[in-house]
Amino acid sequence: MTPPVIELSDVTKSYPGGVKALASVSLRIERGELTAIVGPSGSGKSTMLNIIGTLDRPSSGSVRIDGYDVSELSDSRLSALRGTRIGFIFQSFHLAAKVPALDNVAEGLLYSGLSRGERRRRAAVALERVGLGHRLDHDPHELSGGERQRVAIARAVAGDPPLLLADEPTGALDSVSGAGVMELLRDLNTSGTTIVIITHDREIAAGLPRQVRMRDGRIVSDSVTDVTEVATRRNAEFGVA
Amino acid sequence: MAAIDTLDRPRLVPARMRPDDVLRVGAVGLRTRPLRAFLSALGIAIGIAAMISVVGISSSSGAELDRQLSSLGTNLLTVTSGQTLLGEPAKMPVEAEAMIERIDPVEAVSAVGQIEAAKVYRSENIPKAQTSGIFTYAARPDLLPTVGATLRSGTWLNEATQNFPAVVLGAGAAQRLGVSTAGPDSQVVVGGIRFTVVGILDPVPLAVELDSAAMVGWPAAEARLDFDGYPTTLYTRSDEAQLEAVRSVLAGTANPEAANEVDVSRPSDALAAKQATSQAFAGLLLGVGGVALLVGGVGVANTMVISVLERRPEIGLRRSLGATRGQIRTQFLAESLLLSALGGIGGILLGTGVTTAYAFSLGYPAVIPAWATIGGLLATLAIGAVAGLYPAIRASRLSPTEALSTR
Repeated sequence: MTPPVIELSDVTKSYPGGVKALASVSLRIERGELTAIVGPSGSGKSTMLNIIGTLDRPSSGSVRIDGYDVSELSDSRLSALRGTRIGFIFQSFHLAAKVPALDNVAEGLLYSGLSRGERRRRAAVALERVGLGHRLDHDPHELSGGERQRVAIARAVAGDPPLLLADEPTGALDSVSGAGVMELLRDLNTSGTTIVIITHDREIAAGLPRQVRMRDGRIVSDSVTDVTEVATRRNAEFGVA
Repeated sequence: MAAIDTLDRPRLVPARMRPDDVLRVGAVGLRTRPLRAFLSALGIAIGIAAMISVVGISSSSGAELDRQLSSLGTNLLTVTSGQTLLGEPAKMPVEAEAMIERIDPVEAVSAVGQIEAAKVYRSENIPKAQTSGIFTYAARPDLLPTVGATLRSGTWLNEATQNFPAVVLGAGAAQRLGVSTAGPDSQVVVGGIRFTVVGILDPVPLAVELDSAAMVGWPAAEARLDFDGYPTTLYTRSDEAQLEAVRSVLAGTANPEAANEVDVSRPSDALAAKQATSQAFAGLLLGVGGVALLVGGVGVANTMVISVLERRPEIGLRRSLGATRGQIRTQFLAESLLLSALGGIGGILLGTGVTTAYAFSLGYPAVIPAWATIGGLLATLAIGAVAGLYPAIRASRLSPTEALSTR
């Protein structure tokens, strides 16, 4: 029996001064899901991402990621959990300047214990997977915004984590490259990776099978769209019969 | 659901980083900001270079002294007539030389006798008051090998020339008189009589009094300059092993009636004492170099604090990629150590260069003790560790979310 990838129960996160970023949130995401967490700014979605990504601990409630109770793990075991189970994708890419794409991706495996040669080999495979096999030696400033986000996605998936967390992955991109990045994330989901996308863009959320809507630190709706219907609509949008 | 527990899952253990990865990740900051790295390493380099060159120059002069002493010999003892109990200049007996020669371990004896009345002038036209501080000595022909003196120009007094108005000038005396070469054309006035300069000496390290001397033959002095024939300084070479024994009997042998009226000294001791003085001064300079090194260390600490501040997003990213706090700390500590090690190596090269150039320009052997090089490198590593520790700990304590939200 495999545990759910994400299991939050009664999670509260409050900051000094009485601000409640999350109020009694419970959420369960199974293996293989593609979920959007959508809401306006200040709705608590970023706090939720930080807690799911184990970058932050809740004030109360329990968080289980891939079956591990986060509250029972020391800081170094949490680091190992992030390194092996979670891939992060950021709005601003967080790529190192003047470092070729291949090495930027290989850096994602630095804390895995693999040798440098093996890290670079896997990085090349990951870049191939995101369609940048021909851009291995390019520095980030030689790449377009969409390509940079693809490099960042390659870095996130290089270690084959079961969970991908994307924080506004298309926020810094034009609509065409944004659509390309979403397409790539859907492909990765199809091949088995559980993906959670944080966005304030309702349109993007509407294109995903499950949408968790947030407001004022609470989940206001959690709906599953018929995936086939979504696929049909998407195909219609792109003019595919 | 209760059946699923963290305990049932495989244990999470963060992987250890390989040493080459630690080095590579530590070098990231240096590669991306080379000018800043260069400047803060330069601070360390200047400190280390100052210390290495102080030690190097002092060791090189020490090695030069050893070389000098081993070629000059440390077995020279001089006997000088001192003062009587009443404070008047004492006189050694005329037989002093012969008596000292009878001491068994004594290998060679020579003597000079000062002629107070005979002043030295460049020509007869120089006013009498301008004596230039040159003393006239009657000298034995075997003086030259006994004190280890060498000739810069001309010849030394021999059995023939010691009877004639011939003079050999010390290096300083020749300079003051403006005589550059010896020969029949170079003449000076000694005690009112023209003497031909037959030779000029190099500086004599073990008998510095000869540098400002004009030396004439013993018979010539007696015949032409009213020399009384009493030796004023005796130079002896003895068996090195019995030097102390010789030293203890030397005064009594030279002047049996008034042993207290002669002074016995070992000129090589004075050279070594001079060296000890300059080493004490080098110790002071070493302290100044240490302060420079400390300032360099503060520069590295400053660079590291700024580096951590600027690279908060990178720290956040690395934490999200699975870096533990310890690995972040190690990264910045490695960066600080690399920075100071670069400075240290640069400083050692610079200090070695300065020492070599200095020694070469003076013709000394260039000596840089291994302890200085190794000590310098260890000092830089210690400074790098101290300078990097606080910024590294701060970097590691940064919460990942805070680090990532920095723009």
